[in-house]
Order: sequence, then C-alpha cells, then structure tokens
Amino acid sequence: MLDFLQHLDRRWIFLLMFIAVAVPLIMGTTFPEVPSDQVMAVFEAVDNLPDGSNVVMALDYDPASQGELQPMASAFTRHCAIKKHNIYFMTLWPQGISMIQNSIGILQDEYPETYKGKYGTKYVNLGFRAGNEGVIKLVVEDLKKSYSTDIHGTNLDNIPLTKNLKNIQQVDLLCNVSAGYPGSQEWVLYGSSPFDIPTVVGCTGVQAPIMLPYIPDQLTGMLAAIKGAAEYEQAIINAYPELESNPNAKEGLVRMGPQLVAHLLLISLILLGNVIYIWERKQGLHQ
Amino acid sequence: MKRTVPLFISAITGFVLIGTAFIPKFVDWGNDAMAWFNLLAAFAFILGGGNLLKMQLQKISAQQPGWGYAAVTLIAFFVTLFVGLVKVGVHPNVKFPEFAWSGDYLQEDGAFWWLFEYIFTPLSATMFALLAFYISSAAFRAFRAKNTEATILLIIAVIILLGRTYASVWLTGWLPDEFILGDSGIKYSDFNLQNLSEVIMENFTTAGMRAIKIGIALGVASTSLKVLLGVDRSYLGSDQEV
Amino acid sequence: MKQSTLIWTILMVAGGGFLLFQASKGNGRVYVREIPVEATASQPDSEPQVYQWTKNQQVPQSEKDDPGVSFSLSRTVGLWVAAFCTLAIFSFLYGDNPLYKFTEAIFVGVSAGYAMVVAFWTEIATNLFAKLLPGLARITFYPDIDSTTRPELLYLIPLVLSILLLWRLSPKGSWIARWPLAFFIGATAGIRLISYLETDFIGQLQSTVMPFLVFASDGSLLWDKSLKNTVFIVGVLSCMVYFFFSIEHEGIIKYVSRLGIWVLMVTFGASFAYTVMGRIALLSGRLVFLFNDWLGI
Repeated sequence: MLDFLQHLDRRWIFLLMFIAVAVPLIMGTTFPEVPSDQVMAVFEAVDNLPDGSNVVMALDYDPASQGELQPMASAFTRHCAIKKHNIYFMTLWPQGISMIQNSIGILQDEYPETYKGKYGTKYVNLGFRAGNEGVIKLVVEDLKKSYSTDIHGTNLDNIPLTKNLKNIQQVDLLCNVSAGYPGSQEWVLYGSSPFDIPTVVGCTGVQAPIMLPYIPDQLTGMLAAIKGAAEYEQAIINAYPELESNPNAKEGLVRMGPQLVAHLLLISLILLGNVIYIWERKQGLHQ
Repeated sequence: MKRTVPLFISAITGFVLIGTAFIPKFVDWGNDAMAWFNLLAAFAFILGGGNLLKMQLQKISAQQPGWGYAAVTLIAFFVTLFVGLVKVGVHPNVKFPEFAWSGDYLQEDGAFWWLFEYIFTPLSATMFALLAFYISSAAFRAFRAKNTEATILLIIAVIILLGRTYASVWLTGWLPDEFILGDSGIKYSDFNLQNLSEVIMENFTTAGMRAIKIGIALGVASTSLKVLLGVDRSYLGSDQEV
Repeated sequence: MKQSTLIWTILMVAGGGFLLFQASKGNGRVYVREIPVEATASQPDSEPQVYQWTKNQQVPQSEKDDPGVSFSLSRTVGLWVAAFCTLAIFSFLYGDNPLYKFTEAIFVGVSAGYAMVVAFWTEIATNLFAKLLPGLARITFYPDIDSTTRPELLYLIPLVLSILLLWRLSPKGSWIARWPLAFFIGATAGIRLISYLETDFIGQLQSTVMPFLVFASDGSLLWDKSLKNTVFIVGVLSCMVYFFFSIEHEGIIKYVSRLGIWVLMVTFGASFAYTVMGRIALLSGRLVFLFNDWLGI
C-alpha cells in the first residue's frame, strides 16, 4: 500500500482536489460564521461613519485573484451602499478597471434609489493610472495632478464629487482590496501611515501575514483571505438582515464549504506524505 | 556621459523627493517628479510590448522550435492593440456624441471589452487556479517533518488550516466556556482551534513579520542611499553596452 | 492500453458527455435587455443633432421571455470561448499539450496588448497628450477639456525621457535609456527611503514598545496580557537577533537566535496555511464560472 502511495501519479491528487472543491460548490454547502474582532473592526470602520460619508474604494486586483477578492470588494460596496456613502473608485492595476465595473454594477442593480443615475454626485470612477506607489504619492497630496479626468474623460473640476477634492486626505475612509504589489502595503506606506488616513483593507491569504504588523496603529482593520470575506458578509447580514435573501451577498460564505473539504484533504495529504516519509526512513531509504 | 549623467539624474531626483519630507518648497517639485515618474511607468508598458514584439519576431525569423506559437502571440497582440487603440465597437460619450472617439475604451460590448472579458479573464484566472492543484501535490511530496523547525511549521500550518474553517467547531467546539484554575482569566474554550489560530496570528506571526519588516526597512534604506550616493551603480549595466 | 490511461480516458469521455448534456438543455446562452440611448450634440453653435444607439444589459436566463430581452450571439460565443480557454488551461494538469500552448500564447499576446492600450488611454493620452496639446485633445478624445486650457510645456521633459526610454529597443545607442532609468531608480529610492524608515522601521518599533507587566486600575497584575506582551517582545527581539549576521551566533546569542528561528517557523507555517487558503479560493472562483455561468448547474 505504502509502496503504491510512494509512486502515486500526481494526477490522482489533482482529481481529489477537484472533487474536494467541486462537490461542496455544487451542493451549495455553507456553514455559520462568527465575525472575529479583526473583521468587526473593519465593519465598524465603515458602519460608524455618518451616512453619506466620503469613501475611497481602491480595488487593486485582477481577474486572477477575483475568486478570492471579489466577495470582499462586493461586500465593501454593499456595506457602503447601505450607508449611502459617496464612493470614489480607483485602481492601481490595469486589469482593475473591470473589477470596478463589477462594484458599480452592484450599486446600480441593488441600490438604484441611491445610485442609479447619480454618477458624479454619489459615486465616481477615476479608473486606472500607471505608476504604482507614484500614483498613491500624488493622490494623497495633489489628486488632480494624477487624475485630471475620470475614466470617461470628464474633467474632475466638472464633477460635483471631485470638484473641491484636493487630495484623498480629505476623505473619511479608504477601503482597499488588494492582490499584491501595488496594493495594501503601499497604501499603508505612502497613505494611511504618513497622513493618518483611516484605512481598512481586504487582501489575499498570501498578503495577510505581511499586513498584520500594521494593525491597529497604522491600519484600522483587515479582512484576511476568503475567511475574512465570509465573516464580513456575515457581520453585514447580522446588522442588515434584509441581505439574508440576497444570494449574491453570500459569495464568500458559499466558498467556505469547498474551503473546509479542501483544507481537510490537504491536511490528509500532508499526514500521508509524512507517514510515507517515516516508513521510508525505517526502510533506510534516507540514509 | 554614459555613466556620470545618470548618476547625477538619480541623485538629484532622489534627494529632491527625500527633501519633500522636510522642506515644504520641495513638495511641489516632488509632485512634478512623481507625475513624470508615472508617465515613465506608462511608457514602460509600451517598452514591454516592444520587447515582446522584438523577441517573438526573432523567434519566427529564426524558425526556432515553437515559432508557430510565437506567431499566435503576435496575432493576439496586434488584434488587442488595434481594437483597443481604435476603440472598435465603442459608442461615443453620451455628453459628446459628435466626437466618435470620446467613448470609454473598455465600454461594455466593445471589441476590447469582449477580448478582456472572454479571453484574458478566463485565461489569467485559470492559470492561477492551477496553483491549488500544485500546492496539494507539493504538500503530499515535499512537506516533511524532517527536523524540529519543519515540524513546528507543519503543526502551525495544520492548526491554522483547521482553525480557519468550520472544522474548528467540529473538533474543538465542545470545549467548555469555563475558567481554568478558578479566576485565572483563561477559559478552556480559549484553546479551541479558531482561538488558537487567532492567538498564533496575533502574537507569533505578527512578531515574526514585524522583525522581518524592520529588517527589510533597514535594507531598503541602505540600498536607496547606496544608489543615490552612487555607491551602487549596478542598475547602469555594463560599459560595453552600445 | 495502460490501466491508468484507460481510467483517464473514461473520466474525460464522461466529462465531455456531461458537458454536451448540459449544453443540450439550453444552458450556456446569454440574454440581454436592450436599453435605448439618446444623446444630443453638445456644441451650441452647431445644428442640434440627436444620436441614437442601444446598449445591452445582461439578464438572468429566467428573464429570457421578458419583453425587450433578446439572445446575444456575441456574448454567448464569448461565454463558450471563455469556457474553452478555462478547460484548455486546465488540460495542463493532465500534461503539456498543444491546446495549452496555444491558449498560453494567446494569453501572452492579449496581456501585452491590453497593458499597452490601458497605459496609452489612461496615462499617456490623459496626462501627456492632453497636457501638451489640449486643443487637439479637446477635438479628438477629451471634448470636456476647457477651451482656455494652455499647454503645459514642463511635460516636454517626461516626453523626452519617455522617448529615451523607448530608445532601448533600438540596436544602437541604447545606453541613452540609462537617463530615464536613472530618473526612475532615483525617484523610487527617494520615496522608499523615507516611507520605509517612517512606517516600517520607526512605526514598527513604536508599536513594539509596550510594557512587560500590565496592571489593572486596581493595581492587580493582568498576567494574561503581561504574558502576551512578553511573548510578543521576546518574539520580535529573538527574530532580530537571528537576522544579526555580523556577529557570530555563539553562547547566549545562539540560543536566542534559535528561538528566533522557531518564531519565524511559526510565521512561515501560518503564511503557508493562508497561501493554501488563497489558492483554493481561486480554484473555487473558476469552478463557480464553469458550473454556474456556463453550465447553469
């Protein structure tokens, strides 16, 4: 048996992983989530702002990370929409423009009374600018030097939301969803830390440990990986039960089913691999 | 000319930007420098495209193995470039309909949007989705408890993997919500896997990452100074460059 | 035929059959609602002219019989192309094959083209072309530019630097690209020096300065918080001692640095677990596309 496992074709492991993720997804298995303190810090940062506050939504991710980050971005958007906040969308990733479109779709389809036909007065799409941290340096000091127009080519001086906005130090909150460089770390380095801009981030599992040391002094809160997204969705549903009936508001919660089975599979594989290793050592194969 | 001028350019730019933190007058100069920096970053995308073109053409002209795929790359590149720059299928901006090119280049139902939505998105997302399979195979073949350090790493990984899913409730949810040793402030339930994983993240992972961050910060500062003072000139390449 | 090859063939045929079955049920079709758009010319001096076109809004399949909703051929083709691309990339799991290489080649080309187009429209056209030639920009891409806007000649400097950067592609004189590169490197070094020192060095040290012993307002020792602080400070210091490579790790330093290695192992263990979590979420995202958007399961 161990001999068979030792020479197991890796494609069988791939198949197991596929089944571990696919079956719970098809079955729609979900589990109850209890929001952690860290997630509640993010929730409160958005929720405690007075209705109609100004929020910058920096969506720095691409389709490659959409599976992990779209639930967070959607949850941030819904939460801001419930609070009727004014939203400034921007991205440091060229592929992030479509990610912004997804969030604007949520505003228009789910909250038409607040946002439909209110472009420029309730939300604005600044789009992408090249330069990574160079863009952050400019938007925190002189926004219009980097963004003279929005994504549609409209002059920012002709848009009510941006007319009097000199830089994003004037906004009430910065929400960042990030898949890597440039992203959360750069926003803290060049934005939230030197200029004390209240900031919350949602980031990938890879980035989560890197961002931890900034909390709470330089960063208000963080949603870490898909688990953070699921807990945040649950926190919003707990506070605004009308979302309970919206399946789109549970994207992250639905993903926790496959997450459980796949984690168990991975732990089993690690343990099995170590059993084989110990057996090989006993056989003297590692001398 | 080849080496001295770049050294001056780099030192002046760098010290002006450092000066923005201390001298108010430098802030405007710094912002101008950042605006130029961002423009150069945009031109770097063009340079990247140009390099790709050069390499693929070399591959095709030398008929190297797989040159057919290089041709496919070039066709995809030119089609994307054309539909994006010409704004194929894009309606004008509603406020300025008489200006045919005033529409958003990534407008829904435009050809460029179609390429992004139905070709770029699935390809890039699936490329990264493959990693889930390879990480499972690597876990089976390479993640071995060979010594104390590897064993610690393995145990912590297992605790976090369990603690971040509902498995933590199944396995340790039964731990009672009662104090250990009277009024000690610590409960049995504090040892359930979810709490344990949070304690590990807050105390140990944060501590380790903080030390790494401090080390990196010192490294970045010293490297930056070496570059600005001209001690490190590796970015200038060799003297043999034509 | 080898046994494993036979099993894989059966699995793939079964998968293909399932796909055909799902497609035959009418899944994988996209419907849109047509929304008429009417726009009036903005120039006050020209004759009032009305422009009309329609824009499409994707609707769920359940609304396909609603008035104003129609089948979208381009989006349906797109959906199937997307599904094909997904499966082609997944085919690499079985082994390298021409289908994978073909889609990979397309990916490289489209990515490079996409990045160039976005860089052109968002930065070069807006922040260079419109700054240097506002009049021309106003009658072409950006009609919203104020007619009194004057050219900003200072932007000739980044224009020259950009041309020098592109000179790198030329077979001769590519050394001139060192000038814009030096500007780029100098600017990066300048902004990073201050930010990293302020946020990642001083900021992180400040956050670590906390009391070993924490007392409650009534003077009693809060030993759980004290233990937490002590563990944290010892953890940070021991890791930093390990990173101190300019002294020999002997005596007490050896033991402290060993403790530092263990703390780092805990850090990397957690990082590994979080990475796994992220990768699985990406796979879930892709399967949601295949199952929900394409197959309608």
